Amino acid sequence: MWSSRLGRPRPLACGVEELRRRRREREAALRKARREQQLVSKRLLREDVPEEAAGEGADAPLGEAEVQQFLRLAQRGTDEKEREKALVSLRRGLQHPDTQQTFIRLEGSMRILVGLLTSNRALLQLEAARCLHELSHSEQSAVAEACLPATSYLLTYLSGHSSDFIELCLYTLGNLIVESEAVRKQLVPQGIIPALAACIQSPHVAVLEALGYALSQLLQAKEAPEKIIPSFLDSTLPQHMLQLMQPGPKLNPGVAVEFAWCLHYIICSQVNNALLITHGALSTLGLLLLDLAGAVQRTDDAGLELLVCPVLRCLSNLLTEVPVEAVGGQMLLRDERIVAALFILLEFFLQKQPSLLPEGLWLLNNLTANSPTFCTSLLSLDLIEPLLQLLPLSNAVSVMVLTVLCNVAEKGPAYCQRLWPGPLLSCLLNILALSDTEVVGQSLELLQLLFLYQPEAAQAFLQQSGLQALERHLEEIQLRDRVHAVQHTALHG
Amino acid sequence: MLLPPALQARLAGAPGAAEPLPVQRDSAAGAAPFLFSPRPVRFPRDHQFFEDGDVQRHLFLQEVLTQVAEEPEKSRVPEFTCQVAGCCQVFVALEDYQHHYHMLHGNTCSFCNRAFPSGHLLDIHILEWHDSLFQILAQRQDMYQCLVEGCPEKFKTSQDRKDHMVKLHLYPADFRFDKPKTNRGPSTPGAAVELSARPLRDDEEAMEVCSEPAMLTPCRRTYSHRIPSTICFGQGASRGFKRTRKNKHQ
Repeated sequence: MWSSRLGRPRPLACGVEELRRRRREREAALRKARREQQLVSKRLLREDVPEEAAGEGADAPLGEAEVQQFLRLAQRGTDEKEREKALVSLRRGLQHPDTQQTFIRLEGSMRILVGLLTSNRALLQLEAARCLHELSHSEQSAVAEACLPATSYLLTYLSGHSSDFIELCLYTLGNLIVESEAVRKQLVPQGIIPALAACIQSPHVAVLEALGYALSQLLQAKEAPEKIIPSFLDSTLPQHMLQLMQPGPKLNPGVAVEFAWCLHYIICSQVNNALLITHGALSTLGLLLLDLAGAVQRTDDAGLELLVCPVLRCLSNLLTEVPVEAVGGQMLLRDERIVAALFILLEFFLQKQPSLLPEGLWLLNNLTANSPTFCTSLLSLDLIEPLLQLLPLSNAVSVMVLTVLCNVAEKGPAYCQRLWPGPLLSCLLNILALSDTEVVGQSLELLQLLFLYQPEAAQAFLQQSGLQALERHLEEIQLRDRVHAVQHTALHG
Repeated sequence: MLLPPALQARLAGAPGAAEPLPVQRDSAAGAAPFLFSPRPVRFPRDHQFFEDGDVQRHLFLQEVLTQVAEEPEKSRVPEFTCQVAGCCQVFVALEDYQHHYHMLHGNTCSFCNRAFPSGHLLDIHILEWHDSLFQILAQRQDMYQCLVEGCPEKFKTSQDRKDHMVKLHLYPADFRFDKPKTNRGPSTPGAAVELSARPLRDDEEAMEVCSEPAMLTPCRRTYSHRIPSTICFGQGASRGFKRTRKNKHQ
């Protein structure tokens, strides 16, 4: 499923280098958009199209007269085929943003389109829906808002049985939702949540994926925590979603990806995560993580991180909301396979997507912070050394690795005795040769704990010129006091 | 990253964990100037930390949406006719027929042959148009239920219901699946002939009457004609319109 989606070959009018360059551009554009908190995901690569479909002329914008003519033909033509053809021509024209503008400015155009959408001619209905879908791709919120008269029908059709049509309606809705707050303001009272709750019972995988997409866009809206997530949590959608994410032979990765992202948007909005925990979210997500770690070994699928990422995020955030008294009741928190799975996934990230390593380490921190069980697992499963191997990767990764090691070390002598003798000390000495304040600061915290609980380590440190390594950081204001304190602990125990 | 060889086996092994080592803290550990204390960390929605993963997610979505917007592949077949009595629609593609069947014959009222987009709307229609008990009860209590799924409100008249749907649910006032009950419709053989003679305008009375002349049989079925949602015309329940394209490009 994964490779078919991501590795789909497109007719190449340009070379691999060109594709890479475009991808980097898109990535840069997305990063910029995210920093401006305007991450809109439906920008189609329309600029690619003219190169690929050379000479077809299907993408030239339509003039007002042409749009009018096609609409008239579609609405009042006598021959079924002619009507369909007119709509197809209109749809092709609507791929062009100029035609979209022309269309929405034409009086009565949406009314005619909605009429065709709700007509009793099935093929015209399909084509009208496709025209709407084209409009939904526009980046102009005016175009999205022009589609408002159609939304009640799109929602009504979600309860039907024509799976292709439902899928199309869902993607259209998802696109409209992203683009315009006015659309969202209308869809919620129109009953989008109950409509989706009914639709999620569909047995069609493609429908479920489309539903997940639409829902993820709805939950990502900036007003979602106040206006949308509460009614979502009140509905039956959370239980159904969690059920569809249960690992096993019936798990569909494409569906799971969409719902995992939905869950992430809900959980990180911090509306009522306790409710999700009572629905078994922790155990479902934990079992899913185990399953994914197993899958990583079996297949070489490059798309797996699309699912691993949101699952990690959900688990990490949910872990912060398990009340202390409930920890014992959560099976997940007493199962060290989760630590094993996480390391297998860290290794996978290292190979395929190193930028996601911090997210994996975040989970590791949340698992180990208050858990003697998992700190012991790190030691008994021999995972300290692999963890140390991640240190050189980046400052962010270093800080997180050192934090996890501090989680272990602060639990006392029994833990520190297992940290040293070992490679830890020489790694720390290497770090002291660096200059990043945060990294060095965290390593000072670790040294302090290590020396406190394992005095022999301090001896070794002194013998390996540790004091001199510390000296160079005395000038840094944020480090000075801690450097002095570590020197003191090393010398006087 | 060199993982210990036993790790795979541990993953495949039984749940559970080794007995944790004893915890024993010294009060000097967290003392100033040291700052560290173990703490699970929470990140809110828009945090910078999520940037990389979010960008990957959106790159993926862009590719999906590009695929979705493409012209779908249709499985062409020799021309055939819809087999439902009274319908003469001809098709050359299975997907078209499937859509036609579901939309026009899937939720059809067997009393008056009107087609509805969902079982829910069909049920309400049968209740309000063909159930004499409904009319009696409606005189005494609020029987007209809101058409929006999940809304529990009921009303005395269909006009009250319409007002509710327009005001509260922001539905269009001319919502096509909420037409007031009329006396038109094939309730007698004479009416059926009249309908077939009139050229159908599908921006009017949309979805209400089957396009072809209604077949009236003397014996009317008393159950509604509904197709289970799992019926997929032999294509398999997991087929969606993306799949056919993918298969082609494999």
